[in-house]
Amino acid sequence: MNKMKYILRKEFKQIFRDPAILRLIFLMPAIQLLILPFAADYEIKNINVGIVDHDHSTYSRGLIQKIEFSSYFNLTEYSDSYQMGLQWIESETADLIIEIPTNFEKNLVRESEATLFLAVNAVNGPKGNLGAAYASNIIRSYNQDIRSEWIQWPRMNPEPQIEVVASHWYNPTSNYQVFMVPGILAVLLTMVGGFLSALNIVREKEIGTIEQLNVSPIKKHQFILGKLIPFWLLGFVVLTIGLMISYVIHGIIPGPNLGTLYLFSGIYLLAILGFGLLVSNFTDTQQQALMVAFFFMLIFILLSGLYTPIESMPKWAQIVAWINPVTYLVDVCRMVMLKGSVLSDMTFHLVAIGFTGVLLNTLAIWTYAKRT
Amino acid sequence: MKENLYQMSKSYSIIAESLTKTFGSFTAVDSISFNVSAGEIFGFLGANGAGKTTAMRMLCGLSKPTSGSAVVAGFNIDKESESIKQRIGYMSQKFSLYQDLTVSENIEFYGGIYGLGKQKLAQSAKELLHRLHLEKDARTLVRALPLGWKQKLSFSIAIMHQPSIVFLDEPTGGVDPVTRRQFWQMIYEAADHGITIFVTTHYMDEAEYCDRVAIMVDGKIEALDSPQQMKEQMKAEDMNEVFYRLARTATRASA
Repeated sequence: MNKMKYILRKEFKQIFRDPAILRLIFLMPAIQLLILPFAADYEIKNINVGIVDHDHSTYSRGLIQKIEFSSYFNLTEYSDSYQMGLQWIESETADLIIEIPTNFEKNLVRESEATLFLAVNAVNGPKGNLGAAYASNIIRSYNQDIRSEWIQWPRMNPEPQIEVVASHWYNPTSNYQVFMVPGILAVLLTMVGGFLSALNIVREKEIGTIEQLNVSPIKKHQFILGKLIPFWLLGFVVLTIGLMISYVIHGIIPGPNLGTLYLFSGIYLLAILGFGLLVSNFTDTQQQALMVAFFFMLIFILLSGLYTPIESMPKWAQIVAWINPVTYLVDVCRMVMLKGSVLSDMTFHLVAIGFTGVLLNTLAIWTYAKRT
Repeated sequence: MKENLYQMSKSYSIIAESLTKTFGSFTAVDSISFNVSAGEIFGFLGANGAGKTTAMRMLCGLSKPTSGSAVVAGFNIDKESESIKQRIGYMSQKFSLYQDLTVSENIEFYGGIYGLGKQKLAQSAKELLHRLHLEKDARTLVRALPLGWKQKLSFSIAIMHQPSIVFLDEPTGGVDPVTRRQFWQMIYEAADHGITIFVTTHYMDEAEYCDRVAIMVDGKIEALDSPQQMKEQMKAEDMNEVFYRLARTATRASA
C-alpha cells in the first residue's frame, strides 16, 4: 500500500500542474451554470404575430390589443390580405398568422358565433405549437371578456364554468432555472468523471510512460486506483463549486439532504469513472478517446431526461434512457435539490447505479491488459 | 526440459528457447534461442523491423510469446511475469520519464513504486543526482532537460532498484557522440556492479562495446558471438561490414 502513496502523489502533482485541467475544473461549472440556465429556456417568448384583419371592427381591434399586450407575442405585421400573410411566413417575419374574417363582429353579436383562422409556421416545431396554444388561450380569454360584458349581473351564470387552478409543487413559480440547474450539475460531474479520466490514461499511452509502468511491479488495480481516486475527488470539488454557484446565482438551496446528494454522487462517479476507464482501454490516442467519449456523452445527455421528459420518448429510447447512468443522477439531483428527497426515496436509483458501477469497473479492469 | 531450464538459470540471467511471436500471418520473432550470462553486456543488433524490440518486450513480460519459453532472472516469462518485474529494469525506445514532473519527482516516483524505503530512496536520489551532476537541476521539470541528459537520467532511474538485468531499447538514438560515450561509460559501471545488460542498437560502433552480440535478420538470429570472433570469422574489418553482409540477405523492407 506504500506504493499507492507514491502513485497518488504523482497523479495529483500532474493534475495540478496541468493548467488546462485546472481551468476546466473551475471554469466549466462556472460558465455552464451561469449561462445555460438563462439561455437554454423552454419558455417561448417573442413569437412574431402577423394579423390579417378583414373586419376592422371594435371587437377585432380589442382582440388585437389583447394579443399585443401579452408578453409572449410581438405584433410584427398587419394587413388585410391573407396573401400578404403567407409572404410573412415565407420571409419569416411572422411565426403565426391570425386571420379575422369579415363580419367577425357582426356574426359574434348576431349569432353569438364567429370563426377565426390561425396559421402557424411549424419549421420550429415547439415554437409554432406553443405559439398556437398561447394564441388559443388568449382568444378564449377574450371570449370570456365579451361574455361577461353581455351578461347582466347578478343573474345566474347561464353557462356553468370550471375554472382550473394549477399549483406547481416543488417549483412553485415554475422557474425554468430551478429545473435546469440540477440537470446541468449532473452533466458536469459526468464530464469530469468520464472525460478527464479517460484522457488522462490515454495520455500515458500516447507518451509511452504506460510501458514503463507495465514493466514495473505496480499491480493492475494499483494503477487503476491511482487514476480513479484523484478524479473521484475532483468530482466532489466540481459538485461543491457547482452547488455554490447555483446558490449564489440562482438562489437554489440544495435542500436539507445535501449528504444524500454527495453520497449518491460518490457512487455515481465510481460508475462513470469506470466508463472513462473502459473508453481508455479501447483507444490509443487522446483524439480517439475524445471522439468516443463525445459520442457517448451526446447520447447520455439527450437521453437522460435533462431536456426532454423520458416518458414522452418512444419505448426503445426509454429503455436506452434507463440504461443511461446520467438519467439517474439528473433525477436524483432534482429529487434532492427540489423535493428534498431522502435516501430511502432513491433506493432504486442507488441499486441501479451501483450495479452499473460494478459492471463498468469490472469490464474495465478485465480489459486493461498489462501485456499484449 | 523445464527442469533443465531452471538448472541453467542459476548461471544465466536470460535463457530463451525457440521464442516466437507472430502477429496474424506475420512472424515478428522466429524461434530464437540464446543464453545471456550474469553480468554480461549482450548486444542485440538488427535493422529496423528485424524483431529486436518485439523480442525484448517478450523478455520483459510486456508481450506474450506465441510459442517457446524463456527464463529471465530465474523466473519463467509466461507464468511468473509479475515476479520478473521487480528484478529487471527497462528503458524503452520512447522517452519514459514524466516530462511534467521534476527530476527529483521522477526519481521519487520510480523509486517508490519499486518499493525502495524512504531512507534508501533519499540516499539513492542523492547519489544519483551527484553522479549525473544534476544537483542544481533537481527541481527542474524533466521537459526542460536536453535529450542526452534525459537518457542518462532514464538509465540511472532504470537501475536505481538494483535489478539483476536491465533492458535498454535503443537507448542512444538521437544522442550526440560525446553523450553516447558517457552513456556507455555508465553501462560499463552498471555491468561492473554485476547487472546484466541487454541492449538493442543499430549503431555498429556500439556493438564493439558489447561482450557478445546477436544479429537479427528477419526475426531470426543470424549470428551470435563476440564482436572479435565475428570479425575474424567473416574476415571483416569492423562490425559495420559484418552487419552489412548479414543484413543484405534480409527480405523484409526496412524503414
